[in-house]
Amino acid sequence: MIPAATIPVSAGTDRAIDALLTRFPRQGSALLPALYLIQEEMGWISEESMAYVAGKIGVSPAFVGGVVSFYTMFHRRKVGRHHIQVCRTLSCMLRGGHGVMRHLEARLGIRKGETTPDGQFSLTFVECLGACDTAPCAQVNDEDVGALDRESVDALIEKLKAI
Amino acid sequence: MAYEPLLLRNVHREGSRSIDVYMANGGYQGLRRALKEMAPEAMVEEVKSSGLRGRGGAGFSTGMKWSFLPPGLEKPRYLCVNADESEPGTFKDRVLIEQDPHLVLEGTIISAWAIQCHTAFFYIRGEFQAGFRIFGQAIEEARARGFLGKNILGSGFDLDIILYRGAGAYICGEETALLESLEGKRGLPRIKPPFPAIVGLYGCPTIINNVETLANVTLIAERGAAWFASIGRPKNTGPKLFCLSGHVKRPGVYEAPLGTPLLTLLNEHAGGMLHRDRPLKACVPGGSSMKVLPADRCDVLMDFDSLAAAGTMLGSAGGMVMDSSTCMVAALLNLAEFYEHESCGQCTPCREGTGWFTRILRRLEGGQGRPEDPDLLLDVARKVEGNTICPFGEAVAWPVQSYVTEFRSEFDAHVMRKACPLAG
Repeated sequence: MIPAATIPVSAGTDRAIDALLTRFPRQGSALLPALYLIQEEMGWISEESMAYVAGKIGVSPAFVGGVVSFYTMFHRRKVGRHHIQVCRTLSCMLRGGHGVMRHLEARLGIRKGETTPDGQFSLTFVECLGACDTAPCAQVNDEDVGALDRESVDALIEKLKAI
Repeated sequence: MAYEPLLLRNVHREGSRSIDVYMANGGYQGLRRALKEMAPEAMVEEVKSSGLRGRGGAGFSTGMKWSFLPPGLEKPRYLCVNADESEPGTFKDRVLIEQDPHLVLEGTIISAWAIQCHTAFFYIRGEFQAGFRIFGQAIEEARARGFLGKNILGSGFDLDIILYRGAGAYICGEETALLESLEGKRGLPRIKPPFPAIVGLYGCPTIINNVETLANVTLIAERGAAWFASIGRPKNTGPKLFCLSGHVKRPGVYEAPLGTPLLTLLNEHAGGMLHRDRPLKACVPGGSSMKVLPADRCDVLMDFDSLAAAGTMLGSAGGMVMDSSTCMVAALLNLAEFYEHESCGQCTPCREGTGWFTRILRRLEGGQGRPEDPDLLLDVARKVEGNTICPFGEAVAWPVQSYVTEFRSEFDAHVMRKACPLAG
């Protein structure tokens, strides 16, 4: 039993993680979905969260750390309220993806990999999003956007600021 | 005669992802036919004789793969659907998952029944967030109609499907890395043998099939192996989804029989080159890991054997088209950066080699290249190829070898001019 004081997530998430433990033929498979639940609630995965989920699954915190660091979608630090992930790979590059990134950097005043000081925007260059027909494309929070150019990027930023 | 789409027959219908629309257009008839009229072993034979080859990249016979399962049923068998579509230039499975999930789900249920598996996993790449929601919905709909769960259509067959999200790692599309990831671990490929059919998920016999492969199983169950084998070319049978991206007018996913000419797909389906004054320079026919074809060798048929004969591979059929404005050093550098980022780091030749590639290509593109650099790239590629646990080694060595060999003068020009001739 983990003492309540060291549970970093809400009671609801804690229960949802418990339910995952019996969903798979082996308990270990619950780790990735559990990490997603934690990230959904907290926005990122802290050392404390890793220790907590390690206790749940029955693996070491170091094992969880290895998993978290292996997958790019698990955040080991806080990300901005809006996360803009621009595709970097060839099909998007051929259609101007790098120009889209430069424009975003200029508009937001940050470099790729950074978060604005007010915590509103994080900007990341990511590998092929599997949406090359909409190149240059990006993922904004959990939505796909494509056919990006300066105008649509400007409109996107204004829209996100208003949310 | 115009080709009638099979894999994409529903995608343009209003509400194509709902089970009602799917069933109104003949959906789940293949499953019904299989469960009522066939035995599981007969279905395996049917898929074998259809000639269906895996649509994920390797092009191995699907029925043959299934028949590698050991005969006994003491251990549970698992079916894992590989929906970790991450090969650069590939976005065909996404269309099926998002626009016609039941076509894939029906094929999954039929395949699970054929191999006598009662728990299937649908491993979808983490970035496909819409696909995750849509496929989850499809599973619920199918469960509500009795196509999943206990005693499916009164046949006595039980099946549970677990939807599992990857979390951002190209390597998890490699089948044994996918299994590691499903077990809640880092996605490090396993040494083969043993092959997953013998020792797979949780140490149990496991079949891993691509999304498009399973959509084809639905078609085979509906209309039979002989009909399927009549499409395409000998040993390269059936319909195929082709992706075209890059410098074409209409990038997209197009369906045509296997063996359709690349230039037909490029000029007719995708509308030709993006800019009238920039002719075709090169095309990667099968996703970024496959060898690039210079324009004068693009007159090829898009099927497994024709492309192998042309010195490349159909791979995931992710066609990337480059016009005359493309710097091949910059294009290769872009891919090298991808592979360096995505190498799992387990094997030294791959982990170190991918870093060598990016460093050499960066200095070439930046005008600091050395005369020996093109040969050095080839030398490192030779040392990576064949020396890794999984095919990632080839996946990075092949583009390096082909770009440098086919466009050698462009690499040398970067050295001589101390700059990229095409920059600015």
